[in-house]
Amino acid sequence: MSVKPDSSVASYPEDDGLQSFVKRRHRQGLTWRIVFQAATIVAILALLALLYNIIIGSFGYVALQNKIEPESLHVDGMPLEELSKEQLVIILSEHISKGLMRRLEHDQPFTERTRQDVYNLVIERVVEQRVVKSWSLTVSFFKRDEIETFMAGLPQGKLEFRSWLHWNFLITPQSSTPELAGIRTAIFGTLWVIFITVAVAFPLGVGAAIYLEEYAAHVGNPWLRRLNAIIQTNINNLAGVPSIIYGMLGLVIFVRVMEPLTSGAFLGAVEDATTANGRTILSAGLTLAILILPLIIINAQEAIRAVPNSLRQAGMGLGATKWQTIWHHVLPNAIPGILTGNILAMSRAIGETAPLVVIGASTFITVDPNGPFSKFTTLPIQIYQWTARPQDEFRNIAAAAIIVLLVLLLTLNASAVLLRNRYGKKSL
Amino acid sequence: MTVSASTRTIAKTAAAAKSDLHKRLRLGESFIEAFLFFCGAVSILTTLGIVFVLGKESLLFFTSGEVTLWEFISGTEWQPAIGRFGIWALLNSTLMVTAIAMLVALPLGLAVAIYLSEYASLRARSILKPVLEVLAGVPTVVYGYFALTFMTPFLRSIFGDEIVQIYNTAAAGIVIGILVLPLVSSMSEDALHAVPYALREAAYGLGATKLETAIKVVLPAATYGVAAAFIVAISRAIGETMIVAIAAGAGPSFTFNPFESAETMTGHIVRISGGDLSYDSIDYNSIFAIGLMLFVMTLTLNIISRHVVKHFREEYE
Amino acid sequence: MNYTNGKYVFDIQNLNCYYGSFRAVKDTDLSIESKKITAFIGPSGCGKSTVLRTFNRMNDLIPSARVTGEVLFHGQNLYDPDVDPVEVRRRIGMVFQKPNPFPKSIYENVAWGARINGFKGNMDELVEQSLRQAALWDEVKDKLDQSGLGLSGGQQQRLCIARTIAPRPEVILMDEPCSALDPIATLKIEDLMRQLVKNYTIIIVTHNMQQAARVSDYTAYFLMDRDDRAGLLIEYGVTNEIFTKPKDQRTEDYITGRFG
Ligand SMILES: Nc1ncnc2c1ncn2[C@@H]1O[C@H](COP(=O)(O)OP(=O)(O)O)[C@@H](O)[C@H]1O
Ligand SMILES: [Mg+2]
Repeated sequence: MSVKPDSSVASYPEDDGLQSFVKRRHRQGLTWRIVFQAATIVAILALLALLYNIIIGSFGYVALQNKIEPESLHVDGMPLEELSKEQLVIILSEHISKGLMRRLEHDQPFTERTRQDVYNLVIERVVEQRVVKSWSLTVSFFKRDEIETFMAGLPQGKLEFRSWLHWNFLITPQSSTPELAGIRTAIFGTLWVIFITVAVAFPLGVGAAIYLEEYAAHVGNPWLRRLNAIIQTNINNLAGVPSIIYGMLGLVIFVRVMEPLTSGAFLGAVEDATTANGRTILSAGLTLAILILPLIIINAQEAIRAVPNSLRQAGMGLGATKWQTIWHHVLPNAIPGILTGNILAMSRAIGETAPLVVIGASTFITVDPNGPFSKFTTLPIQIYQWTARPQDEFRNIAAAAIIVLLVLLLTLNASAVLLRNRYGKKSL
Repeated sequence: MTVSASTRTIAKTAAAAKSDLHKRLRLGESFIEAFLFFCGAVSILTTLGIVFVLGKESLLFFTSGEVTLWEFISGTEWQPAIGRFGIWALLNSTLMVTAIAMLVALPLGLAVAIYLSEYASLRARSILKPVLEVLAGVPTVVYGYFALTFMTPFLRSIFGDEIVQIYNTAAAGIVIGILVLPLVSSMSEDALHAVPYALREAAYGLGATKLETAIKVVLPAATYGVAAAFIVAISRAIGETMIVAIAAGAGPSFTFNPFESAETMTGHIVRISGGDLSYDSIDYNSIFAIGLMLFVMTLTLNIISRHVVKHFREEYE
Repeated sequence: MNYTNGKYVFDIQNLNCYYGSFRAVKDTDLSIESKKITAFIGPSGCGKSTVLRTFNRMNDLIPSARVTGEVLFHGQNLYDPDVDPVEVRRRIGMVFQKPNPFPKSIYENVAWGARINGFKGNMDELVEQSLRQAALWDEVKDKLDQSGLGLSGGQQQRLCIARTIAPRPEVILMDEPCSALDPIATLKIEDLMRQLVKNYTIIIVTHNMQQAARVSDYTAYFLMDRDDRAGLLIEYGVTNEIFTKPKDQRTEDYITGRFG
C-alpha cells in the first residue's frame, strides 16, 4: 500500500521547535506539580496550626496576685502549711462571710473534712490567689520583655509558668473562676451521654443494616419493597442533614413532647421537678443516637455486604434458618467492620456540640451527673462556653479541655484503625 | 419427557409419609424480622419527625400574624423585638461564609486530590491520608476555637485591627473551608481514582505529559464525581454551626463586608436556643422557620449531589 | 430403559424456572433414583445449577428467582406453600462449586449444622464419623481445632462434604464440586462419591464428561434452546447408554466433543 505524503505532518513543530515545545510543556507540568504539592502542604500546615494554637494556649506564664498575702495569716510565726486543721478553720471563719461558712458546713461538715481540704479552702477563699494575666507559650518564650514590663507594674504579683492542663483540672468540677475550674462534670456528662447514645444507636443501627442487607431484597410484597427502597434512600439523605436540625428535633420531641419520660418524672426520679425539665442526659443521648444512626447503618451495611455469599449459602444449605445463618456466620465475620464504623460514629457523637446546645445543655453545673435524668454538660459544650468568654484565662482552659477531647478522640480512632488492620484483612 | 411418565406413580406411592416438611411456626424468626424492620423504619420516623417538627412550628410562625411569608423571604432585617423577620439578614451571611469556605476548600481540595491520585508516591499517600483523616475528625467546636484565637488575629495582623472586627465572617469562612477540605479531597480523589487506567494509558500513548493527562483527560472524565464532591461540600458549609457561632459574631446584620460581624442562620439558631427562651414565643417559632429553610437547602443539595454521583457511576461501572 | 425396579426420591414435573422475566429452564420432567448418582451435564448456562437448586429450594435465596411446576420429594411437592425450606435443606444437603468452609475450626465446621438441627447425641462421635465418611479423618484428626481455611482446596471440599453429611441428609446435591480442584483432589472426591452413594442419593452437576461417565449411574443432558435461550432437558438415561448409544443427535454431538 502506498502512502501519500500527508501535508498536515508539516503543521507539527519539528526539530528545534519540537524540542522547545516539549520543554515548555514539561516546564508547565513541573509548575503545576509544585502547585498541587503546595496545596497539600497548606492542608498539613492547617493541621499543624490548629495543634500549635491549642498547645500554646494550654501552657504559658501567668501573673498571679493574692488578695491576702499568706504571710499575714501566720499564727505564732508558723506558716500556713504547718497549721493544724482547727487553726485553719478559725482562719477561714475569720475571713469569710457567715453565710458562706454555713454553706460550706452544709456541703460537708468541717469535722468530716480533711486538713488538706480545709487548707485548699483557705487558699481558695482567703488568700484568693488570682490570675491577673496569662500569656501564651509563644509569648512566654519570645516576648519576655513584654511580660517583665507588665510584672514591673504589679509589685505584689508573682510570675509563674503554668500548665493549664493538670491533674486537678480533670477532677475538679466547674467553677466561675477559670483557674479553679475543671472538667470533671463535663467528662462525666460526656461519658453518660455517649453511653446512652451507643446503647440506643448500636442495636438499632446494626438491626437496620441487617434488615436492609439480608431481608429487604427477599421481600415479595410490592408495597413493602417500595418502602424498603424508600428507607434506603432516606438513610442516605439523613446522613447529610446538618446536626443542628437534629438538635431541633430533639428539642421538640425528647425535651418537650416526651418530657414526662425524659425528665424521669414517670419514675418519680426527680426530687425537684423544675431543675432539668426534659433537658436531661437521656434527651441528649437519644438526640445524638438519632444523629449517628445513619452513619452506623451505612457503615454496618458495608461490613455486612463484604461477607461472602458462599457463607450464607453454606449455612442455609445445611438447613439453618435465616437468622441462624446471620447470627452464626454473617455477623461474626462482619463484626470488626461494624465495630470500626461504630467507633467512628461514636467519635462523631463525642465531638457534637450544636445539637446539645439547642436541646439545652446546662451552662453551669458543679455536681456530677448521677443518672440519665440529670442535667448535663459535655466536653464540647464546656469548650464552646469557655471559648465564647472574652477573658484570656477562659481561652486557656478551653485549650486545655480541647487537648483532653482530642486525646480521647485520637485514642478512639486509633483503636478503630487497629481493629481494621487487625481483622480487616483476614481472608475468607 | 417420556422418562418420568412411567415413574410418576412410583414416586407418589413411595411414602409421602416419610417425614413431614410442613412449615414450622418459627415465632422467633418472625419476631426478629419484625424487630429488624422496625430498626430500619426508625429512619423514616426520624425524617417524618424532622419534617413534622420544622413544618408545624414554622406554620405557627407564619400564622402568628406578626410576619408574612413574603416579608420573611424578601426582608433584609432580622429584629424580632420590632417584628422584623427578614431572612436575608441571616441567609446573606450564611451564603457569604459558604462562598469564602468554598474559595478555600474547592481549589485546595481539588489540588490535593489530583496530587494524591496522580502524583503522590505510596509513601506520601500513607502520610497524607491520615493527616486528612485527622483533620476531618476534629470536632467543629475545636475549629471554632481555632477560628477565633488564630484565624481572626492572623487576619487582623494582615489587614489591621480597624478593618477586621473581632467577630467576622472571613475567619469563620476560611476555617470552614479547612474543615471541609478533607471531604472535598477524599471524594474527588475517589472520583479520579475511578477513572479507568486505560484512559490514562491512551493519553500517555499520544504523547501527553503527566499534567496534560491529569488535567485534560482524567479530570474531565471525573467531572461528575468532582462536582458531586463540591455540592456536598457546599451543603456541609451551609449547615456548619459551631464555627460561625463562635467566630462570626452574634446579631444579624445585612452586610457584604467579610470583615464585619454577621450572624448566620445556624449561628442564630444556636444563640437563640442556647438562651432561656420560652416555648411558643415568636422567637422560638422563628428558629424553626430558619431550620426548615436550612433543611430544604441542604437536602436539595444532597439529593442533587447523589444524582450527579449516580450519573458518574453509570458512566464507569 | 429400565427404571421400574428403582426407588425414586425426586420426581420433577413440568418445571419452569425464571430469573425475573427471563426463563432459564423450561418444561422439564425428571425422576431421580434413590442411592444412585445422577449427573447433570451440558454446556455452560443451560440451567443445570438452576434445576439442581430447585431440589433444596436454594433458589429462594436469589430474590429474582421464581419456579413453577412440581418438584416432588417422596411425593410431596417441595414448592407447596406450606413447605418449610429450612426443613427441606436439612434433608437435602448441598456442596458448592467453590469450597466454602466457615472461617471456624474444622470441628465446628462439621458440628455446626448438626447442632442447629437439634442434634443431641455424642457430637465428637458424629464429627469423627462424618469426617471418616468424607475420607478426611486421617488427615485432620490431630488438628480439629484449627481453622478450616488452613486446609488445601481438596481437603476443604471434603470438609464441606463432611459438613453436609453431618446432619444426615437423604440427598446430597453437588454443583461442580471438583471444578476448583486439581486432578488428584478430584479423583479423591470421585472415589468418595462412590463410597457415599451406598448411603445417600447424590445428584452432581459437572461439565466434565469423563467425571460423569466415571461416577454416575444416570446422566441427564441439558441444552439451551436456540430460540429463547431457555435450558431444556434433552436426554436422560442410564449413563452407560447415554455415553455409548445416545438417542438424540445433539447429545451425541456434545459427548463426542462435536458440540459447537
Ligand atoms: N442469579 C441469577 N440471576 C439471573 N440470571 C441467572 C442467575 N443465575 C443464573 N442465571 C441465568 O440462568 C441461566 C442458567 O444458569 P445456570 O443454572 O447457572 O447454568 P449452568 O449451571 O448450567 O451453567 C443462565 O442463562 C444464567 O445467566
Ligand atoms: Mg452452574
